[in-house]
Amino acid sequence: MKKLALAPDAEQHLVEPLRHIFCVNRRELFKLLGAGLVVGFCARTVLAQESGRAQEHEVPDELASWLHIGGDGKITVFTGKVEMGQNIRTSLTQQVAEELRAPVNSIMLVMGDTDQVPFDMGTFGSRTTPQMGTELRTVASAAREALIEMAAQRWNADARKLTAQNGAITNPQTGQSVAYGELTRGQKLTKIITSDPALIPPAQWQIAGSPMPKVDGRAFVTGQHKYTSDMQLPGMMYGKVLRPSAFNSALASFSANGADKLPGVKIVRDGDFIGVAANELASAQQALSLMQAQWNSPQQISEAELFPYLKDHPEQEESRGFGGRSNHESGSIADGMKAAAKTLAQTYTVAYIQHAPLEPRAAVAKWNGTKLTVWTGTQRPFAAKEQLAEAFHLQPDQVRVMVPDTGSAYGGKHTGECAVEAARLAKAAGKPVKLVWTREEEFTWAYFRPAGIIEVKSGIAADGTLLAWEFHNYNSGPAAIDTPYHVANKKIEFHPTENPPLRQGSYRGLAATANFFSRESHMDELAHLAGMDPLQFRLKNLNDERLRAVFETAAQKFGWGKQAASRERGFGIGGGLEKGSYVAACAEVAVDPQSGQVHVARMVQAFDCGPVVNPDGLRNQIAGAIVQGLGGALFEAIHFQNGKVLNPHFRDYRVPRFRDRPKIDVELIDRKDVPPMGAGETPIMALAPAVANAIFSATGQRLRSLPLAPQGLHLSG
Amino acid sequence: MASLTLLVNGSEHKVEVPPSEPLLYILRNHLDLTGTKYGCGEGQCGACTVLLDGRPVRSCRTPAQSAAGKRIETIESLSANGELHPLQRAFLEEEAFQCGYCTPGMIMSGVALLASKPRPSDEDIFQHMNGNICRCGAYQRIVAAIHRAAGEGAKS
Ligand code: FES
Ligand code: FES
Repeated sequence: MKKLALAPDAEQHLVEPLRHIFCVNRRELFKLLGAGLVVGFCARTVLAQESGRAQEHEVPDELASWLHIGGDGKITVFTGKVEMGQNIRTSLTQQVAEELRAPVNSIMLVMGDTDQVPFDMGTFGSRTTPQMGTELRTVASAAREALIEMAAQRWNADARKLTAQNGAITNPQTGQSVAYGELTRGQKLTKIITSDPALIPPAQWQIAGSPMPKVDGRAFVTGQHKYTSDMQLPGMMYGKVLRPSAFNSALASFSANGADKLPGVKIVRDGDFIGVAANELASAQQALSLMQAQWNSPQQISEAELFPYLKDHPEQEESRGFGGRSNHESGSIADGMKAAAKTLAQTYTVAYIQHAPLEPRAAVAKWNGTKLTVWTGTQRPFAAKEQLAEAFHLQPDQVRVMVPDTGSAYGGKHTGECAVEAARLAKAAGKPVKLVWTREEEFTWAYFRPAGIIEVKSGIAADGTLLAWEFHNYNSGPAAIDTPYHVANKKIEFHPTENPPLRQGSYRGLAATANFFSRESHMDELAHLAGMDPLQFRLKNLNDERLRAVFETAAQKFGWGKQAASRERGFGIGGGLEKGSYVAACAEVAVDPQSGQVHVARMVQAFDCGPVVNPDGLRNQIAGAIVQGLGGALFEAIHFQNGKVLNPHFRDYRVPRFRDRPKIDVELIDRKDVPPMGAGETPIMALAPAVANAIFSATGQRLRSLPLAPQGLHLSG
Repeated sequence: MASLTLLVNGSEHKVEVPPSEPLLYILRNHLDLTGTKYGCGEGQCGACTVLLDGRPVRSCRTPAQSAAGKRIETIESLSANGELHPLQRAFLEEEAFQCGYCTPGMIMSGVALLASKPRPSDEDIFQHMNGNICRCGAYQRIVAAIHRAAGEGAKS
């Protein structure tokens, strides 16, 4: 198995391992696109440079990203990233426009089409902006230099005197000007970048760095955008899959029970897989309800036994599992605890939750002889391609995966199971098949954010200085597990569980939400133990300047400490850093002392991810993360018993709605002096502890389990 | 199978379908009007919202038969002449979406709200729109878009 340089971080997002890298053959490019200029960037070179390994040399066919400038001036950019609502189609376009000095509407992104785009691990881990954004900026910058060079040759001028602006090269001295398309017309030029061209510093950005409306927004508000689930192919059939009665079941017996006699219906049985393809969705549905299957299901761990189970079944083999170990240790906990004036030990838990993307998993599969084409909403098109090649014993070049801009994912669509199912049905039916999972299937057969149990022990000096910090996370994951606070004695460990009861996988922000929740709740408890204001207590133990800045910004904007808490109003704070970006949130909660209902009335969140590429898009992402985080904080939980999910519907799995939404203020700290970092995940992390701490400030109840108040609070008296 | 005549976006369509088939699937699979989305099939998310004689309904819970003879309007009807509805414009201006999957349902619910209450309060919006889920959490901007469209309506 090939491990890329970014693996330790990225690995936590993977549900199954990577195997190989697919090559784009650039000799094919001109056939595909017509004449022009192609500028590509080789990832291997960069990886080799980064990891300091000299033996890996440039492999010209393995481009990490590239663009094509046609004779009509049209710029086509190819990237393996996919758009799922995080707005990267727009922010990447902006970055290319910036470096290339070309109008935004002359640029088109081809995303997530495995026949056309270079290999990419997937869209997750907030890596699009730092990694792909930088690569595309590099490619665009090299293209700009190439165009300047071409113009210099044409005019026999000094390249250093020429400027690129608005899709044309100009010679300010002679007034000559030539459009990009004119320069590339009829050419078949490729330029592979071997050195790093100079990028335009964020402080000089003209297009990037300002708000820009979504490039194809109109298609979304008119219903014209075609998601995978909207696709229709000629002769296409509709698929359904007969699901087992519980997880880990084996088929004991099956009867088609007349379903096979229905007109236009094809039953497909392959091992324990039973599905149907039909000309009409209604007949697929009918067939599904007729078919009868008996399943043998083993006894399985239920929700009631969950937390003791997670703690008591450590994984045997160290290297396996969700993210591997991630330990941090310094000093001596025993010494720190001995020196402490006050100590504290507490346990926190987080439930299994579901991403519940509004567009469930969907795939359209089509066979053409032995060539398989599948459209599907996945965050990892190349992994889905591999999964398909493996399932049907195909060579990589026999499989093409395309990812139409998708109805969101939040870390929940890393896999290709729906694509495999659709392809299986299409193969049997001899026709293209569309399979759209039902909401119930999505709630049951997709994967879940891992549940976890977290134990924290700590000690403080009389003046509130943190002296000891011991932190054990069982099963939920190692993301953001280290403490950003200064402490001389610490021991931090992640303990994966062997065979956790549900299928677990990536979720926006991974375990960082759980680790933030436990750490920032515990810090709040310590502040009260020390008799200090929770903000002051944090600042006292904090050296990181950027983290201080987000705390102080959020607190100031919120009016921290200006208003006294009451039985009906509480105020809480929480924050931290992850993946190079910094977040702090202040929450105001309203508690109804009669009913115990909790409402998050107001959130102020300060956020720093370096230089901001698209401020409006970023605000949208942050507000969205806050609303989504609210669900996991207050009421979302998957209930399960003996291999069955008990609440696989929106009516019994409550997600945030209009009424739940707080008033949200986002404060962006725009830092031009550091590299840009991703922002899809970190904004979700500070909310849960801020809300828990706010509930404490109103009611004196310290809630240590997420979700905090699925049925409201139990208030005594 | 029943033979039904549906009046969709101003034109008549004859379809042969099981009478209890939800309107959602007829729109999407028979009439290629895929702007109306499936989000749950249980009346819980609002992604499938269309207007039936001007009133918002969940098309996933509306048997085709019961829609026959009524005026059915889908998201595609709003910009039929190429010009966006004020609420569509407002959604763009406020960028009231991320993945956009909830957007057609949100807009259809919002259009119905504005038709009955041209200047809705926040509370009116919460009340009327609470059945529409946006998993991307764009609620604050959707509220702003509805207010913006309402303001425009008042001006014109
Ligand atoms: S699809 Fe109809 S309400 Fe969800
Ligand atoms: S924009 Fe994605 S569900 Fe609303």
